[in-house]
Amino acid sequence: MRFAGSEEYVATEDLTLAVNAAITLERPLLIKGEPGTGKTMLAVQVAKALGIPLLEWHIKSTTKAQQGLYEYDAVSRLRDSQLGDPRVQDIHNYIVKGMLWQAFSRDTPCVLLIDEVDKADIEFPNDLLRELDRMEFYVYETRELIKAKTRPIVFITSNNEKELPDAFLRRCFFHYIRFPEKETMEKIVDVHFPKLKKNLLREALEVFFEIREVPGLKKKPSTSELLDWLKLLLSEDIPPEALRSKDRKTIIPPLHGALLKNEQDVHLFERLVFMTRAKNN
Amino acid sequence: MLIDFFFKLKGHKLPVSIKEFLTLLEALQKGVIGTSIDEFYYLSRTTMVKDESNFDKFDRAFAEFWEGVEAIPGIEAQIPLEWLLKQAELTLSDEEKKMIESLGGWEKLMETLKKRLEEQKERHQGGNKWIGTGGTSPFGAYGFNPEGIRIGQKTSRNRSAVKVWDQREYQNLDDSVELGTRNIKVALRRLRRFARQGAPDEFDLENTISSTAKKAYLDIHMRPERRNTVKVLLLLDIGGSMDDHVKLCQEMFSACKTEFKHLEYFYFHNCLYDFVWKDNRRRHAERTRTWDLLHKYGHDYKVIFVGDATMSPYEILQPGGSIEYYNEEAGAVWLKRVTDVYQKCVWLNPEPEEIWGYRQSVQVMKELMGGRMYPTTMGGLEKAMKILTK
Repeated sequence: MRFAGSEEYVATEDLTLAVNAAITLERPLLIKGEPGTGKTMLAVQVAKALGIPLLEWHIKSTTKAQQGLYEYDAVSRLRDSQLGDPRVQDIHNYIVKGMLWQAFSRDTPCVLLIDEVDKADIEFPNDLLRELDRMEFYVYETRELIKAKTRPIVFITSNNEKELPDAFLRRCFFHYIRFPEKETMEKIVDVHFPKLKKNLLREALEVFFEIREVPGLKKKPSTSELLDWLKLLLSEDIPPEALRSKDRKTIIPPLHGALLKNEQDVHLFERLVFMTRAKNN
Repeated sequence: MLIDFFFKLKGHKLPVSIKEFLTLLEALQKGVIGTSIDEFYYLSRTTMVKDESNFDKFDRAFAEFWEGVEAIPGIEAQIPLEWLLKQAELTLSDEEKKMIESLGGWEKLMETLKKRLEEQKERHQGGNKWIGTGGTSPFGAYGFNPEGIRIGQKTSRNRSAVKVWDQREYQNLDDSVELGTRNIKVALRRLRRFARQGAPDEFDLENTISSTAKKAYLDIHMRPERRNTVKVLLLLDIGGSMDDHVKLCQEMFSACKTEFKHLEYFYFHNCLYDFVWKDNRRRHAERTRTWDLLHKYGHDYKVIFVGDATMSPYEILQPGGSIEYYNEEAGAVWLKRVTDVYQKCVWLNPEPEEIWGYRQSVQVMKELMGGRMYPTTMGGLEKAMKILTK
């Protein structure tokens, strides 16, 4: 199994190499990067390119490691016992499999995405050490050992909100998705909007990278915001000239709300635009 | 051969472990990559480096290993421009200055020097080499040479074959960079310690249900509310030499204020004496005695001093050393009292760490703090937080 990018996802050389190393050595791949650079999409696209199923486990601040393994549904069992349901005799009926168990019990390999691992409690990664390293865990209620039949390809994404413990990091491969350069960005846009007019793309990218250069922005627009913005530009049918017009009223790029998500950023940007305009006049 | 590579990484203070090294070897054995050095770079980076802030260190180590170039210790640190300019002014003789004049004037030269330095910031590796070849004096390296101005001549170095690791694109992510509010917040978050303390007054639905289901009778559970239990006492130096750092202190302060529920802050000037204040405009009217501070806030508070510790050593060591009034006990005595009461105590210094050694008062203060003085960089703050949480 080798991954070499897909029609819908532009993967740089170092990213494909990291993915392939993780696949070959059957170790998890930890992915970090600015928000909106396609961390989650990577797992989706790898699964698609390799033609294997994808299991997603989205982490929240309340998620416990145990929930990824299994949960014992004591409440249903109590209710069933009151109703005299014969199922109540077998505890197996009340063990709900988590994402990891589901991935481990597959006969064929699959992609398992553990999304935004940094959102969880600080102990969360530590609780998954053995599970990710040896791909096995113990079910106390039924006293059985669950072992992966085939090791799933594990992708873990992080937004850097919490630091991950060293022991956890040592078991993973690591890749940091850099913000794409102009050329890569053109490729990415091309993949998403194949029919986009060349001059509109050029103008839009120029405006986009200019906005990213604005000093002091709280949240720089990222790839996903650019794609949203382009989609809006297309649906509103805005001509390329409008992006570059030197006209007094439209000097702020149209629909900039798609790029700047923060009120203060919009203010800052507007102020800068007015200042440069005053200088030019 | 690769064992040397491993030790090279270790030598550059990269947190690499044997397990990771074995993984790299395993990957090589399984033929994950071909024979290209670029691929090896990517593979070794993905196996050995687990944090983007270490990418820059890795790039340097990698370049060094594969080129056999020895970096010059100590030069890695960036030399502040002002310092350099002042030194250059001092070192130059009148004759040399005249020569510079004839070559386009002081202003112009400074202009070029500035540009050169900026260029160096972008390509630090190259910078090292310039300095390395420049001779004994760092200023000679930058081209203040009576024989002529070297600046610019070295740019002909062959740049076409710049490798990925030589581009040092991850330099910004190095954790020695200065802080922004968001960065500070992330670092301070390390201090968070949520705990349930106090009276159990919150209904614990989850536990009640599962316990009821398990025991088959109604078993109600209560629990105390979850709170961030960390208590922080922030003492900020204000005025005087701290004016240069106002922005940083503001950021620091705003980050602290939102992160902690129990945050107390007080100001002092230069050194801590018998009183502190909360409102800078009314500092002479509304003061809090430091004794009261020590008594009021329990020893479980964590104390963070923020100050440049730049003053005359007398201001710390002598009674009456304060520049504002006659203090009966020396600042050092007060500092000792604080460190005695509060075990978790750090000093954050916004001045760059490189120049601490040149200021006696900083050394004295650091000693008084038991060495717990850290620069306000990402790395420094993290170290400080680690000490506070231990």
